[in-house]
Amino acid sequence: MNAPPPLPSPTAWEDLVTAALLGTDRRTPPGAAPGRTAPAALLDAAAAETVRRRAGLRPGRAAPRPAPAAEDPRPALPVAAARRLAFLLADRPGTGPGGRRGTAPDLMELLPQWLTAVNARGFAAPAESLPALLDAARGRTDLRPAALEFAGPRALWLARLNPDWRFALRATPGGGTSLPGPTETERAEKLWQEGLFAERVALLASIRFRDPDAARELLAASWSTERAEDRLMFLDSLRTGLGTRDEPFLEQALTDRSRNVRATAAELLSALPGSALAARMAVRAGACVAVDHTLDTPTLLVEAPHECDAGMERDGVSAKAPAGRGERSWWFGQLVEAAPLATWPTRLGGRTPEQIVALPVADDWLGELHAAWCRAAVRQRDADWSRALLGVPSAPGAGGPGAVSLAERAKLLGTLPVAERAEWVAGFIAAHGLSEAFQLLGVCPVPWATPLGRAVVDALNIARDAGSYPWSFSGVMGLAERCLDPEEATRLDALLAVPDEPEDASPGAGGYWAEAFQRLGRTLRLRAVMTAELNSETPVHASSPSDDSETPVHASSPSDDSGTPVHISSPSGA
Amino acid sequence: MTQQGVRWTADQVLALAPDSTSRKAGSKLGTADPWSGTGSSREGAVWGLCEGSGGTPYRTVVDTADGTGPAYRCSCPSRKFPCKHALGLLLLWSGGEGATPAGRAPDWAEQWIAGRRRTQEKREADPTGSGSGPADPEGARRRAERRAERITSGATELEERLADLLRSGLATAEQSGYTLWEETAARMVDAQAPGLASRVRELGAIPGSGPSWPVRLLEECALLHLLDRGWLHRERLPETLAATVRARVGLPTSPTGPPVRDHWLVLAQYDTPDPKLTTRRIWLHGTASGRTALLLSYGAAGRAPELTLPVGLALDAEVSAHPGAGQRVSLGEQFAPPVLTGTRPPGMTTAEATARYGEILRHDPWQDSVPVTLDNVIPTPDGDAWQLADTEGDRALPLTSAAVSRPGLWRLVALSGGAPVKVFGECGHRGFTPLTAWPTTPGEAVRLC
Repeated sequence: MNAPPPLPSPTAWEDLVTAALLGTDRRTPPGAAPGRTAPAALLDAAAAETVRRRAGLRPGRAAPRPAPAAEDPRPALPVAAARRLAFLLADRPGTGPGGRRGTAPDLMELLPQWLTAVNARGFAAPAESLPALLDAARGRTDLRPAALEFAGPRALWLARLNPDWRFALRATPGGGTSLPGPTETERAEKLWQEGLFAERVALLASIRFRDPDAARELLAASWSTERAEDRLMFLDSLRTGLGTRDEPFLEQALTDRSRNVRATAAELLSALPGSALAARMAVRAGACVAVDHTLDTPTLLVEAPHECDAGMERDGVSAKAPAGRGERSWWFGQLVEAAPLATWPTRLGGRTPEQIVALPVADDWLGELHAAWCRAAVRQRDADWSRALLGVPSAPGAGGPGAVSLAERAKLLGTLPVAERAEWVAGFIAAHGLSEAFQLLGVCPVPWATPLGRAVVDALNIARDAGSYPWSFSGVMGLAERCLDPEEATRLDALLAVPDEPEDASPGAGGYWAEAFQRLGRTLRLRAVMTAELNSETPVHASSPSDDSETPVHASSPSDDSGTPVHISSPSGA
Repeated sequence: MTQQGVRWTADQVLALAPDSTSRKAGSKLGTADPWSGTGSSREGAVWGLCEGSGGTPYRTVVDTADGTGPAYRCSCPSRKFPCKHALGLLLLWSGGEGATPAGRAPDWAEQWIAGRRRTQEKREADPTGSGSGPADPEGARRRAERRAERITSGATELEERLADLLRSGLATAEQSGYTLWEETAARMVDAQAPGLASRVRELGAIPGSGPSWPVRLLEECALLHLLDRGWLHRERLPETLAATVRARVGLPTSPTGPPVRDHWLVLAQYDTPDPKLTTRRIWLHGTASGRTALLLSYGAAGRAPELTLPVGLALDAEVSAHPGAGQRVSLGEQFAPPVLTGTRPPGMTTAEATARYGEILRHDPWQDSVPVTLDNVIPTPDGDAWQLADTEGDRALPLTSAAVSRPGLWRLVALSGGAPVKVFGECGHRGFTPLTAWPTTPGEAVRLC
C-alpha cells in the first residue's frame, strides 16, 4: 500500500523521522520545545502521525494481471483420489525419522504408478495440489513426464511464474513459451536460425516428434554450417521416428568430418535393415562366418577380417581396438552387430535362429559371435533372435555367467512382447532364485503377470526358509511392493506369522521377514484401494482392481512348464 | 444433521497433528490394514485397535462430538497429542463409513466415552463454573492492585528508555544491538507486563532490517509510547479504550460480552509457534450477524493447542466478546456438533478492506491488521512481490513479505490460475496476508496458512 493522504503536510512526518534519527539533543523536532520534554513531544507527534498514516492507507496501483491459464478440459479427480494424492505428496523423503522401514508402506514409491493410473483415466489434477506436485517432480526426474502430464496446462502456467519449476518448461515438448506450434512455420524457421543451442535441440525434437521429414529437412538445410558437437546432438534427435526416408541424409553424414558423427550415422543406418549400409555390412559379416560340414556335427567357423579398410571405416567401424582386445575380433564384433540378422538364415543353410544359436562354434569364437548377435537383436529389436539367444529360462547356463550377461539379457527381454518377458523371467526365477533377477524384473510389465508374481513370492519364501535376512532381497522386495498384482495380497497371509527359528537361521530373521511380508501385503492392499478410488466416487473397499491399460493379458501358456504356478507351502511352525 | 453427516475431510484431520512428523506417521496409519475392531457411534465416537510394534494392539478412541475439538485417548506411550494412532483412526473414519462401521463401542471405549459425557453434562448444567470464582475477593483485589503498581513502574521505566533513545537518536539503535532490547524486555516481564515485553522484543528486530528501518522503528516506538501513556492515564480514558489498553499491556481478560448465538463459519486456523508456547488463532464469521471473531487457544511446547476447528466447518454456538475493541471472543455453549458447510463469507473490494482497517484503528490504534474477505481478486506478480488485484479497476493490495515466502502463496496462485478468487486474510499496514481462498467455480475452501 502506498500514498498516505497528503494532509496536513507531507514533510511533517519526514521532519519527525530526521529528528528521531539524529536525536533530539541535536535536532529539535518540529513544534516542540528543546530540552527534557522534546523526546516525549516527538513521540506524541509521531504516534499521532503513525496512526494517521496507517488509517489513510489505500490500495496501490495494480500491476499487469497475468494472462489466465489455459483451460483444462479433463474431468476433476474423484474426491477420494484427490485426498490420496495429498497423502502421497505429503510423504516427502526426509520428513520422517530415518532408519528401518517397519511395516508401513512407502508412499512416495507408489506415486509413480498412481500417476500412470490417473493419466490412463485422463483426470485433471486439483489446482491446489499443483505446487506440491511440481516440487515432487523437481526432486525426482523420473517422475517428471507422468507428473507433468497429470499436472496439465496450469502447471506450465505456474512454472513461468516460479523459477524453481522452470524444469517443467524444458521437460515438456512445446511447453516453453518459446517453442512454436505446428502451424507457426515462420517462427520455427526463425528460432532454428537464431535460437540458442538448447532451444534449437528442443525445437528439433518437437518437430521430429510430429513430422519426422520436416525435422530432417530443417536439419539438412543448415547441416554444413553447424559445429561438430551440435551436429552430433542434432543427429541423435533423429532416433525418434527413424525411417527409410532418412537413409540418404544419413548416408551423406557417413562422410562427415567428425568421427563421432560418422559413427552415430552408421549406427542409425544399421538399425534400418533395408539400408545400403546394412547390405554392405551383411556382405562383410557374411564373409566371416560359414558352416563346416566336414565335422561330425555341423560347426560354425569364424574367419575374422584381417584389416579394417577405408570402406569399413566409412561405414562406422572403429579401427582402433580398446586396450586388451584383439583388433580382428574387435572389427568382427562390429561387423556382425551392424549386419541385418535376416542375413544369417539364408547364409547358414536356411536354419532358424534357434538352430543357428545351437550350432557349436569352432576356436572359442562362440562368446564373441553370440555377444555381437545380442547387440544386433537389441538394436534391430528382433524378437525371434532375442528369443533364440535367451534360450530356455531354466537352462543351467542361464543362471551363471555365460555368453550372455544379465544386462544383455535384460535388453534382449526388452524386445519381446510384454507377456512373454514375464513368462521368461518367471521361469528364470523358478529355476535360479532371486539373487540375479533384479535387472530382469525391471523390464517386466506392471503389475506382474500371475505366474511371475507367484514365482517371486515363492522364491522369497524359499529365501526365508533358507535362513537369510530379508534385506539381502530388499531390491526385489521393493519391486514386489510396487509391481506385484494387488490380488496376490491374500496369498501373503500365510507368510505373515513369525516362524520358529531353525537352528542354522540368522538370529531374528523370522521376525524381520514377517515384517517385510506385512509391509508387502499392506502396500498391495493400499494399491488396490488407490485403484478403486480412481474408478468410483463411492466409498471404496479393497476390491479386485482390473486395470486393462497396464495389464498385459495372457493368451496362451508356453510350451515349457516352468511358467506354471507353484503353490506356496505354509511356513513350518506357523 | 446426524453425526454421520459431519465426517471431516482428511485435510481437516491432518490439521490436528501437533507437528509434521506426527502428520506423516498418522497418515501412514490411515489405512485399514493395521486396524481391527474399528467402529463409530452416532454420537460421534470412533474407536479401534491399532497393531503396533509390540504384541498388544493399542486401544484408540476419539470423541469428535465435543465442539471444542475432538478428545483422544490411546493406550500407546507417545507423548504427542494427539498421537499418530488417534490421527490414523480419524483419517480412517474420514475416509467413509466402510472403514468404521456404526456400532456399539466395546467396554474399554464405552467407559471413557461415558466418563466424558458425564463431565460434559456437569459442565453444561453449571456453566458459570461455581467454585472456580475467587475464594478470597479481597485478596484478589489486593493482588490486582499490586500488579497494576508493578506495571506502572515498568511503563514509567520504559518511557525513560524510549526518551533516552530519542534523545541520542535512532541511528544509535543499530549499534547498540539486540541485547539492549532483550534486557528491557526482561524488565517488562519482571513488571508483569507481557504485552509490553513482546512489543519491546519486536523493536529489537527492526534496526538494520532493510530499507527505511528508521521509519518502522519510529512508528513502533511511538505506538509503544502511546500504549505507555494510555496505561499511565487509563483512568481518564473511555472504558472501551481503557480495556483495550489493559489487554494490550498484557493483563488477562475474560469474556464479559453477552453471548451471541450464530452459525459461525471457520474461516482460518493457524498456529504461531514459539519455543515455549504455541498460539492458535481461529477466525470465525457469523453468517447471521456478519461479525468476524477471533478464538485464541494455547499449547505448551510440543503440544497442539486443544481447540481445533478446521476450515470449512460451521458451528451453531454462542460466543462472548472480551472487553476492548478487539475481535477476541470465547466459545460458549454449542448447540450442535460442527458440520461441514459450503457457505462462503461475503466479500468486499480492496478499497473497502483498507477503509475497514482505517476504521478499526479509531478504536484500537495498536491494531496491525484486520480480518477481511476480498471478492474477485487476482493474484498478480509485481516484480519480486505479489499483489491481490481487483478484477475491476486498477487497484491492488500488496501481499506482506512474509506471505510471499510461504508455500501457501503458490497454492493461492495455482488455485487462481489467473482467474478471480475469493480470499480471506488479514489486511494491515504491512500488506495483506492470505489465509484461505475459494475458487470462483464451486469448490472447497483451500487453506493457505
